[in-house]
Amino acid sequence: MPSPQTAKTQAREPLFHITKRVLVPRFTGLKVRLIAIVLAMAVCALLTTILTGENPLSIFQSIFSGSFGTVRKTWSTIRDVAILLIISVAVTPAFRMRFWNVGGDGQALAGCLAAAACMITLRDVMPSWAIMICMTVASIAAGALWGFLPAFFKAKWGTNETLFTLMMNYIATQLVAFFCVVWENPKGSGQIGIINQRTQIGWLPVIGESKYHLFSIIVAVVVCLAMYFYLNYHKHGFELTVVGESERTAHYVGIKVDRVIMRTMLLSGAVCGLTGLLLVGSVNHTLTTTLVDGRGFTAVMVAWLAHFNPLWMVLTSFLLVLLDRGASEIATNFALNESFSDILTGVILFFIIGSEFFIRYEIHFRHHPGKEAAEHV
Amino acid sequence: MKKLISLLLALALCLTCFAAMAEGAKENLKVGFIFLHDENSTYDNNFMTGAKAACEKLGVEYVLVPNIAEGEACYEKAAELAEGGCDIVFADSFGHESYMIQAAKEFPEVEFCHATGTRAHTEGLANYHNAFATIYQGRYLAGVAAGLKLNEMIANGAFTAEEAKIGYVGAYPYAEVKSGYTSFFLGVRSVCPTVTMEVTFTNSWYDEALEKEGAQMLINNGCKLISQHADSMGAPTACETAGVPDVSYNGSTVDACPNTFIVSSRIDWEPYFEYIINCVKNGEAIATDWCGTIETGSVVLTDVNEKAAAAGTVEKLEEVKAGLLDGSIKVFDTAAFTVKGEPLTTYLADVDDMGDYQGETEVVIDGQFVESGEGFRSAPYFDLDIDGITMLGA
Repeated sequence: MPSPQTAKTQAREPLFHITKRVLVPRFTGLKVRLIAIVLAMAVCALLTTILTGENPLSIFQSIFSGSFGTVRKTWSTIRDVAILLIISVAVTPAFRMRFWNVGGDGQALAGCLAAAACMITLRDVMPSWAIMICMTVASIAAGALWGFLPAFFKAKWGTNETLFTLMMNYIATQLVAFFCVVWENPKGSGQIGIINQRTQIGWLPVIGESKYHLFSIIVAVVVCLAMYFYLNYHKHGFELTVVGESERTAHYVGIKVDRVIMRTMLLSGAVCGLTGLLLVGSVNHTLTTTLVDGRGFTAVMVAWLAHFNPLWMVLTSFLLVLLDRGASEIATNFALNESFSDILTGVILFFIIGSEFFIRYEIHFRHHPGKEAAEHV
Repeated sequence: MKKLISLLLALALCLTCFAAMAEGAKENLKVGFIFLHDENSTYDNNFMTGAKAACEKLGVEYVLVPNIAEGEACYEKAAELAEGGCDIVFADSFGHESYMIQAAKEFPEVEFCHATGTRAHTEGLANYHNAFATIYQGRYLAGVAAGLKLNEMIANGAFTAEEAKIGYVGAYPYAEVKSGYTSFFLGVRSVCPTVTMEVTFTNSWYDEALEKEGAQMLINNGCKLISQHADSMGAPTACETAGVPDVSYNGSTVDACPNTFIVSSRIDWEPYFEYIINCVKNGEAIATDWCGTIETGSVVLTDVNEKAAAAGTVEKLEEVKAGLLDGSIKVFDTAAFTVKGEPLTTYLADVDDMGDYQGETEVVIDGQFVESGEGFRSAPYFDLDIDGITMLGA
């Protein structure tokens, strides 16, 4: 704060200064976000017209029809939201604990690998329902293991969890690449194709018509609600929040920090593994290195934008899925390269993430005694 | 502001008109194409060019969908295209096959066509079809051009006939790739009998860095000429940098490699696309397995780059091409190669791809290995390791 001792320092008062908002008024957040989205749309429209000469309205319409154009698309959109939601909910407890888990991809992929392994190696020895149980247990265990290892090393030897979880992603990818060659069909192709396409052994149950994907959607809703209650109403949720706020406080009140870290990452990994189960057993019925498709990283953004509240994540994951599906629709309808829709997605995300700044901080412009109007800019 | 509003209204009106026109032209055919990557991949670009040319020539409506992964996304897009009024849905990548079959079962009234697939003849679906081309003939021709270049370098004293070794950057050790490099090698050896070949695999259809590294390694191993079966510019650019002659695939790379590019073979998909569109137009059945040839215009060579190729290449290629057309030259003539020192008299190929890895079809007939044979399947199944070719890292 400039002191008013001399006239000189007063004249040097900066054009604006920034303060952190102590209390964010309820509607400020909503207002700022709405303005951000409107601005983002305006910039996108401008870019579209300048760069491609297309009518921006029809581009927006394409984004919408990419998600809701037909009944099938609508259900696929909801399914995509469901999958992204589970994996976002999965990384949340770790983030609340300030444990930067960027290994959601690897944890989910480990789950995928375990599920596929059961479908392929057990198909001749067990009935389908028993295989499904094995798949569920195996993929959750595999995901949990992938989450537990970095937590164990962090708790025991203080290793860096960001690097560790990131590295685990590559191990999972390489393992999957290896098994794609082991189980390849036909020989030499390095591809597995749809597993058990004729017999449908190990395919998770279909509720209603298969295109409605109700099974994945129901699992997502259950997981999301369960996590909400776990984080907000369970002792564990409280403990991990305390660990996140301050490890010293946690020690002081008698929380065993090491145990909380490992327990929380076991849970995070397990839920990621569950996503892997759904991706292989319910959605794709195959195994490739790109099956998780970076959702573990997108989940970080989803969780962050929702302020780590699982219920808000429904909205934020919907937003990201909408943009993603819209991107591919634009590429198809206007014969534009997909890179163009990536630019639009980037612009929109830039504004949304930027809006968080204006919600958490307040900008005060220089006070001009003679120009009252300037204050209201 | 008023101007802006009126402009927007005018635009909206125009759009509605266009939409109405599109609705009115619904009588015509509509074809949907699914691609693994976008136009930056030489492989997908080759299909896109063919698709546009065929549809525009025959005046049918078409949709090109790039960047569709080999997973559930392929099934969903195929189903969306079918629901969106497409009469034919086509997919270009090997890994799309299972998902195309899934969609074909759900939409029996729509024709599903798939390039490079192997399962149409065993699935027994009336609306699911595979296609390929006798690209081994194109590879053989390209091999002849490569052999002439080797001969020229030997005559110039660059190296001795015994040192004539060439390199090949392959994608996967899969029949399609093996058939490709073997036919290329047989083409080279038909004019340069002392040649040997080293093959390395990238285990990816598209990985520019790996392909470049692979080519560089082969060059360091003493390979005098390089060819490849992978979709990026990796190998051609490595050759241009090292000044080693290169025989390319999927299209000419002469712009990027003016000093080393000799010739390239590729499959022209336009004849196939015209064929399926005409079949649906005339209400005729599409062949379960369609295999394009030099005659159908499906197997083509680019222009020979005179700057890099040996003198007389164009004339020699015309001669060999005539031999392939009249049947006097057979690419997989069993007299031209041996396997483990023995001539090939019988071979059971895994034509019926049931996931058993077991060969069941006799394909050595009248002194030749019948590749992509009539009544078998269109996708290659030549997966023998012939003498003279060394696989690195195997």
